[in-house]
Amino acid sequence: MRTLVLTNFKLRRNLREKLSTFWMKCCYVLVLAMPFVLLTGLLIKSSLLFGEKSLTELIFSSEWKPMSGKFGFLPFIISSLWVTFISVIIAAPICLLTAIYLTQYARRVVLKIMQPVIDILAGIPSVIYGVWGIIIIVPFVSKVAGWFNVHSSGYSILAGAVVLAVMIIPFILNILIEVYRTIPIELSEASLSLGATKWETIKKVLTRKAFPGIISSFGLGVSRAFGETIAVLMVVGNVVHIPTGVFQAGYPLPALIANNYGEMLSIPMYDSALMLAALILFIMVTIFNMGSRYIIIHYEKKI
Amino acid sequence: MINEAKIKIENLNLFIGNNHILKDINVKIPEKKLTVILGPSGCGKTTLLKSLNRLTDLYPEIKIQGKIFNGDEDILHPKTEITELRKKMGLLAQTPYPLPMNIYDNITYGLRISGRRKKRFLNKRVEYYLRQVSLWDEVKDRLKDPASALSIGQQQRLCLARGLSVDPDILLADEPTSALDPISSREIEELFVKLKQRYTIVMVTHILRQAKRVADYVIFMYLGEIIEHGPAEQIFEHPKNALTKSYIQGTYS
Repeated sequence: MRTLVLTNFKLRRNLREKLSTFWMKCCYVLVLAMPFVLLTGLLIKSSLLFGEKSLTELIFSSEWKPMSGKFGFLPFIISSLWVTFISVIIAAPICLLTAIYLTQYARRVVLKIMQPVIDILAGIPSVIYGVWGIIIIVPFVSKVAGWFNVHSSGYSILAGAVVLAVMIIPFILNILIEVYRTIPIELSEASLSLGATKWETIKKVLTRKAFPGIISSFGLGVSRAFGETIAVLMVVGNVVHIPTGVFQAGYPLPALIANNYGEMLSIPMYDSALMLAALILFIMVTIFNMGSRYIIIHYEKKI
Repeated sequence: MINEAKIKIENLNLFIGNNHILKDINVKIPEKKLTVILGPSGCGKTTLLKSLNRLTDLYPEIKIQGKIFNGDEDILHPKTEITELRKKMGLLAQTPYPLPMNIYDNITYGLRISGRRKKRFLNKRVEYYLRQVSLWDEVKDRLKDPASALSIGQQQRLCLARGLSVDPDILLADEPTSALDPISSREIEELFVKLKQRYTIVMVTHILRQAKRVADYVIFMYLGEIIEHGPAEQIFEHPKNALTKSYIQGTYS
C-alpha cells in the first residue's frame, strides 16, 4: 500500500516536472517564431509587387507614382538613412560623455537623481516629442537654415533627426551607464598606479573595455531611430524626393507606411507596395543588428 | 639590521562615513625589504595599502587624516603630483586585471603614457620585464594575443611585469596569490623573494605560512589598529602581544 502511494507520488512529481518544462518550451518557441511569422506575412503581402517588378527596380528607382503603378523606394530609403544616422551622430557623443561623467566623475547622488530622469525621458510617448518638435525644433531649424542662406520651412531631415536624437538618448544612455558602471574599479586602479591620469585611464582603458557595450548601445539606438514613426512624421516634411541637404524635407519609410496605410487599400498594388516598405524596414533593421553584433564579436576576440 | 625607513606613516586615521577604519597608524616601512601586513580579513590591511599610493582618492566616501611620507615627499598632501607618485609604486591586486589589450601593450602602456615611444626601446623593455617574471619563454611567440587569453597565474605575472615596467622603487601587493592555484602562488612568492633585493615591497596577506616564508618585517593589524610590528623573526618567534601570539600560533578565532 505504502509503495503504491509512493509510486503515485513519484509519478505525479515527474509529470509536473515534464509539464512545466513543456510550457517553457512552448513560450520560447513562440518568441522564436515571431520574427519569422512577421517576415512571412510581409513577404506574402508584398509578393504581388514582386510579380510585376524586379527588386532592384523597386529599390533603386526614385519615381513614386502609385496611381500610374510606379513604385520607387529610393527616396524613402535615403530619407530614413539620413534621419537615422544624423540622429545617432547627435546622440552618440552626448550619451558617451554623459555616461562617462556620471559614472567616473559625478558623486553617486547625482547618478541616483539622473536615473529616474532618464527613465522619464524614455517613457514619454513619442507623439509628445513630435509636438515639441513642431513647436520648438521646426522653427529653430528654419532659423538655423537662414544663417546658412538656405530657405527652409523647418520641416526637414534635421528637425526629424534632432527630435529622434532626443528620443534615443535615454535608451543609449541607460545602456552606457550600465556598461561603464560594471567595469571593475580594479582596472582603473591598475591604470592609475602606472601613472596614468584619470582621463588617460578613461580613454585608453575603460573605453576599450566598454567598446562592445558602446557599439551595442549605438546599434540599439540606430534600430530604434530607424523604426520610430510618429514623432518623425510630424516634423520631417513628408515630401517624396531624394534629399540632398539636411534642411530639406524627407520622407522616411515608417512615415510612408503610417501616412498611407488604410487609405489606399482599394488599390492592391499600393497595398502591396506599403507592405514592401515594411519589409525593407524590417530587413534593414536586421542588418544593423547583425552588423553591430559582428563588430562586437570581432572586437572581443582582440582584447 | 633593518635598513633606513622608506615609507613613514604618521598618525594616520581613515574614515568611511562614520566608520573608523584605520586608527592611529604609526609605522615605518624599511627600504629594500619585504614588509608583510598581516591580519585577519576586514582589519583594514588593504585600505592601508591603497592609501600608500592614494588609490583611496577613487572612493569619495573615504576621509583620511595624518601623514604618509615617501622619503621626504608628503604623499597625502593635495599638491603632490599624484601620477608621478603612483609611478614609483607598482601595484599588484588580489585578482589579476590585465588591461584590455594584448600582452605587449600591457607592458608598454605605462611607458607610452610617460612618453616613451621608440619601438626598439619598447621591444627591449617588454622582453626584459617579461623575463623578470619568468613569463618571456611562455609568451614570446604570442605577444600580440589578448592578455585575457593567458591563464590566471600567467596574468598575475604579467600584471607584476606591468607594474615593474614604469620602474618603481616600491611594490604594493594586495593578497597577490589569493586567486591563484598553489603552483602559481609559489611562483609569485619566489618572484617576490627575488625582487626584494631591489625593491621595497609591501605585501598584504592573511596567510600566515606565506608571511613566514617571505617576510623580513611584519606589521600585524587587528580591527584597524597596528597591534605589533617588527622584524619577522622577532614577531614570529617572540611576539609580545597576546593577540599576535594567538594569531601566530593559529589559536586565533
